Amino acid sequence: MSILGTRVVRTEDPVFLTRGATYTDDLTDERLTGALHLTLVRSPLAHAEITSIDTSAALESPGVVAVVTGADLDIAPALLFPGANKAMTRQFLASDRVRFVGEPVAAVLTEEFYQGEDAAELVDVEYEPLTAVIDPLEAVRDETLLFPEAGTNTAAAYGHGTEPDPSWFDGCEAVVTQDIVNQRLAAAPLETRAASAFWEGDRVTIYLSNQNAQGGRDEIAGWLGLDKDKVRVVLPDVGGGFGAKIGSDPEFALVAWLARRQGRPVRWNESRSENMTGMVQGRAQRQTVTIGGTREGRVTHYRLDVVQDLGAYPRLGTALPVFTRMMAPGTYDIENVESRARAVVTNTTSVAAYRGAGRPEATAAIERAMDLFAAEIGKDPAEVRRLNVVAPDKFPFQTKGGAEYDSGEYAKALDLALTEAGYERLRAEQKARRERGDVRQLGIGVSSYVEITGGGAYAENASVEVHDDGSVTVLTGTSPHGQGHATAWAMLASDQLGVPLEKVTVKHGDTDLVPQGGGTMGSRSLQTGGVAVHQASAELIDLAKQRAADLLEASVDDLELDPANAAITVKGVPGAKSVTLAELAAAEPLKVDTTWDGEKPTFPFGAHVCVVEVDTESGKVTVERIVAVDDAGPILNPLLCEGQRHGGIAQGIAQALLEEVLFDEEGQPLTGTFADYGIPSAAELPSFDLVEMTTPTPINPMGYKGIGEAGTIGSTPATQSAVIDALSHLGITHIDMPLTPLRVWEAIHSAAEGSK
Amino acid sequence: MKVEITVNGEATSADVEPRQLLAHYVRDTVGLKATNIGCDTTSCGACTVLLDGEAVKSCTVLSVQADQQSVTTMEGLDGAADGRPEHPVTAAFHAEHGLQCGFCTPGMVMSAVSLINHDDELDERKVREGLEGNLCRCTGYHNIVRAVLVAAGKDPDAAQQAEAESDALRTAPGFSRGEGA
Repeated sequence: MSILGTRVVRTEDPVFLTRGATYTDDLTDERLTGALHLTLVRSPLAHAEITSIDTSAALESPGVVAVVTGADLDIAPALLFPGANKAMTRQFLASDRVRFVGEPVAAVLTEEFYQGEDAAELVDVEYEPLTAVIDPLEAVRDETLLFPEAGTNTAAAYGHGTEPDPSWFDGCEAVVTQDIVNQRLAAAPLETRAASAFWEGDRVTIYLSNQNAQGGRDEIAGWLGLDKDKVRVVLPDVGGGFGAKIGSDPEFALVAWLARRQGRPVRWNESRSENMTGMVQGRAQRQTVTIGGTREGRVTHYRLDVVQDLGAYPRLGTALPVFTRMMAPGTYDIENVESRARAVVTNTTSVAAYRGAGRPEATAAIERAMDLFAAEIGKDPAEVRRLNVVAPDKFPFQTKGGAEYDSGEYAKALDLALTEAGYERLRAEQKARRERGDVRQLGIGVSSYVEITGGGAYAENASVEVHDDGSVTVLTGTSPHGQGHATAWAMLASDQLGVPLEKVTVKHGDTDLVPQGGGTMGSRSLQTGGVAVHQASAELIDLAKQRAADLLEASVDDLELDPANAAITVKGVPGAKSVTLAELAAAEPLKVDTTWDGEKPTFPFGAHVCVVEVDTESGKVTVERIVAVDDAGPILNPLLCEGQRHGGIAQGIAQALLEEVLFDEEGQPLTGTFADYGIPSAAELPSFDLVEMTTPTPINPMGYKGIGEAGTIGSTPATQSAVIDALSHLGITHIDMPLTPLRVWEAIHSAAEGSK
Repeated sequence: MKVEITVNGEATSADVEPRQLLAHYVRDTVGLKATNIGCDTTSCGACTVLLDGEAVKSCTVLSVQADQQSVTTMEGLDGAADGRPEHPVTAAFHAEHGLQCGFCTPGMVMSAVSLINHDDELDERKVREGLEGNLCRCTGYHNIVRAVLVAAGKDPDAAQQAEAESDALRTAPGFSRGEGA
């Protein structure tokens, strides 16, 4: 029986559960011996000109080796996202203007870590405050510019070539429009950012906490003006990423630059408070949805307008609207779809990817729109969804958003979720509570979703080598940070090679070992890198058969793998001669490098049902249950897959109910620590009900789609809808996330005021 | 200041700054790196260790406060020295997939050890409330809760079923932590 599809416990875990994983700050590489500790002096103002920096007192502080400012740097300001307005570059240490609270302005290098905190306090920076632009809708008006030389705050615009036609919805029997805030979130991986660097001659090695060593190497080399082969990036264990560790950060290049300047290794490990302003954040869209159709419930028109808040310096956030627009119509077969987006800079932390990266925003918008439309025509929201989802016989389905959905059974997923949740019974319970006037009202939220995985890079490499002791090394360009690739990729190799799992070692995240690779992001790994490992392993067996043919005096076609012994043998001849892969490897290296290119993304889908209780006196929301149908094709390892779904669902509920990065009107962060930012604990979440469904993709031979972000994409709108649904009898049709007790209480009271 | 602290059964001593945090003593002075630091506001619990048997967040204890006391980290649990997660809690985290990136894990494990030591009758709700001082960003806690129930000798499926069917008012988002704990 194949190991594929079985609940294999992780091979990573014995180390993680005994001496612990080795994160960047845990490294004991002797080449880091005597490393200086970097402490960054960061801007306390959101928008200001720097008039002077006095480092003299800091230099006198114990243990200080150097204090570096922008004036000392020879790194040219960089455009951190190639597609953005070219004038919106960032200095590696701000020397003339700061554009967000937390922007680095000086680097303090000390012998010991505690000394850095002391000395950083003594760096005296004089600022001339400028008007800060915090609200993206205000930034659009270009009244105050972050980059005067750009002449605008718009870094990129999409679909704005034509003006909206005011008569577009004229034929619709019912039309609803709604402004929606898809609030800014902090990815908040438990491990903050960290980097350490040392030079050997003219070549630098940089340890990073990141999701893609190769991409990071390319960016750092580019910024420092080095050839790529002069930069080696190594990723130790990485303590979570969730999209925020995609791409290099300016701080990483600075660490390398400082190590060269000082002629000593340098280590940097940011604090959580730094992380909450310095690390890229996610979501941050203002949306306007307009939806129209027939009174029978058929949606014919959908328009989405997006203003994407980029924060101060354009990064990957600039691309989020591309995915939001592509996925705008969701699971629905809508004849007329249009969208426009504008990405603008504000005096806040930069925005980039966070679990889903543009797709949860699309799903939240269309799912809210479907609920609003259902309410407008007085029909059940589940029924309206069923009426509009793409029929299973229409795949591959070319959407009006510009995507080609590979495979899907959206109505089936919806029905599975509704049945598992006991939808009819829940509606009856809701009706009874309303009739009784219960304080604790029941809400049922339904979401139908489709998302795109492997949307950025369709190809990935793998190398598989069998050694003469029978062990196997797999090299991959993907880059796990909790997903369990060491186990999953070993399963794929073991399945093809007949080598036991414990003999397979998976290596990744070192640009010397794996010079090319797309990293782990966008739920791409299994359908690209995993399939590549499968393919490389299969090719290795083909190679082994060719080598074995002479030895066994048989034609290649008559040979097969004896999986019990990891050996090549003659087909159908019991007791025939055989040669093991190890023996072949002893004679000549047995290794295959290959690239798998799926050439297209895949489109996982599903449906979630969330059940909440809302205390109508306090606004308190309790998640009673969440049922998740997530279809990502065949499952390699259900244990790992369920873990991804659990984590995703939790982050989705967190967006719906709890989390929001906030700044005051001057750009001061109000959620700058974990004491202020509402990451849920175990006590605030229920256990999750997962329902299985399997629809393979034709894009790759294994049928695999991605699963890393699906849970978040489905659970966020289901949870938001559930809370609003609990209050629909009060005339409430929309409340923006996060649905905190205060916000829910205010909505209840506004509705009561309105009805007086 | 001179401190003498027994760490995982070994006597250690050092001359430390009065302001040094116990977390830094364990990590930097003793060199045991399993214990992690994930925040600066005593919120995340990644640095949880046992101090004379009681779970504490070691970022909120000074080394000098731990003088003449005994610290246990994940490295001090059964089997850890041999790289084998054989303690009931670490074994259950392995079997139930109670960890992903692993950063919260050493603290979560030590909180779980303390929780189980203090309560013979754990159920899902008690586990969830008992672990509310430890944040995990990866697992959604589902499998962590199962692992702790298993380590406590409970049937996780039965416990989850009982919790789902219970009418207990659950701690709700947006309210201060600590309720019911």
